[in-house]
Amino acid sequence: MEDITMTTDKETQEREIKDEKGKLKSLPSIEIKVLFFARARDLTGFTNTVVSVKPGCTTLDCVAELFSKFPSLREIKDSMALALNKEYAPGNTILNNGDELAIIPPISGG
Amino acid sequence: MSTPEGEDLVEIIEDAPLDLTKYINHVRNPSSGAIATFSGTTRDSFNGKRVLELRYEAYIPMAIRELRSICSSARSKWKIKSIALAHRLGVVPVGEDSVFVAASSVHRIDALNACKFLIDEIKARVPIWKKEVYENGEVWKENSEFFLKKFGLSEEAKACDGSEKPGFEKLGFGDGGLGDDNGQLGLDEGGGNPNYGRSSCCRHKERVSSGMENGKEDDKERENM
Repeated sequence: MEDITMTTDKETQEREIKDEKGKLKSLPSIEIKVLFFARARDLTGFTNTVVSVKPGCTTLDCVAELFSKFPSLREIKDSMALALNKEYAPGNTILNNGDELAIIPPISGG
Repeated sequence: MSTPEGEDLVEIIEDAPLDLTKYINHVRNPSSGAIATFSGTTRDSFNGKRVLELRYEAYIPMAIRELRSICSSARSKWKIKSIALAHRLGVVPVGEDSVFVAASSVHRIDALNACKFLIDEIKARVPIWKKEVYENGEVWKENSEFFLKKFGLSEEAKACDGSEKPGFEKLGFGDGGLGDDNGQLGLDEGGGNPNYGRSSCCRHKERVSSGMENGKEDDKERENM
C-alpha cells in the first residue's frame, strides 16, 4: 500500500465567487484525508488518500468524488457508513479543511 | 485484587492473546456481588467451509472512542460497578478469544443485562473487521448488528416506506446520538444523494432476515475472492 494524493486541475480546485463589490475572487479548495479499511482498502488498493473539495461540500459530496476516482468503491455504496474525525457522521455533514473521513465497510468485530 | 469502582478498562490488543483474568480482576471489587463475562472465540468452519485463519483489523483510535462510548451507554442503563472491554487484532488462531466483555454489579441482573448489551453494541458499531481465510478464498465478514444499527431495521421490519422500521430503540438497545438524529450510523436513505435510495433498505432487510432464518445471527458474508 502507498499513499497517494489526488490532484485535479487548478480550475477545479478553485472556484470563483463574487464578493460584496461584485469583483471575482477565488475560493481555495479544502483538503480531506480519506481512510480506507478492510474491503474498502481492497477495492481501492490504498489505505488512504487526500481529496480536494470545494468549501461547503458535504461528506456525501466527498464520497461522490471518491466514487469517480475509485469506481470499484461503488460496490459497497449501499452498505458502508462514514466516520468524520473518528465519529459516525451522516451524509449531509459539512466538511472542513483537514478533516479525516473514514470509509467504514460493514464491520465484523466480535 | 480489586479496582476502584467506576474505572472502565478498554483495550485493543495487537498480535497477543487476551488475558481474561486481568479483565475479570479489573471489574472485581468488594461491593459487587456479580461479575458477568462474555468471550467471543474463533470458529473453525463457516457454512461447511474450513476456516484456516481469521485476521482482524481496526480503525484503532475510533474503536477506542466507540468502546468508551458503549461503556457510558451501559452505565446510563444499568447500575454497573465496573466494565472491561477488550478486542484482539491480527491473526487469531481458531479456538482463541477475539473479544472479551466483563461487567460487575451489586446484583447479577444488571451485570448480565449490561454484558449482552455491551457485546451487541460492539458488534454493531465498533470499527473492527474480520477476514476469514479458507482453503480456496477469503471473505470479509459482515455483522448483522451493523445493518440493524445503520438502517434502523430489525428482522420484524415489514415495510420500506419508513412506516415500520423499528431500530435498536424499539428492541431495547438504543442509546441515541449515533450519527444522526435517528440514532443510526451515517448514510441512511434520504441523505440527499440518489445513490442512497430505498432499494438499499429493502435489500439489507432481506439479507438480515434470511440470515436470521438460517440461524446465522452474526455472520453475513460478501464473497471477496
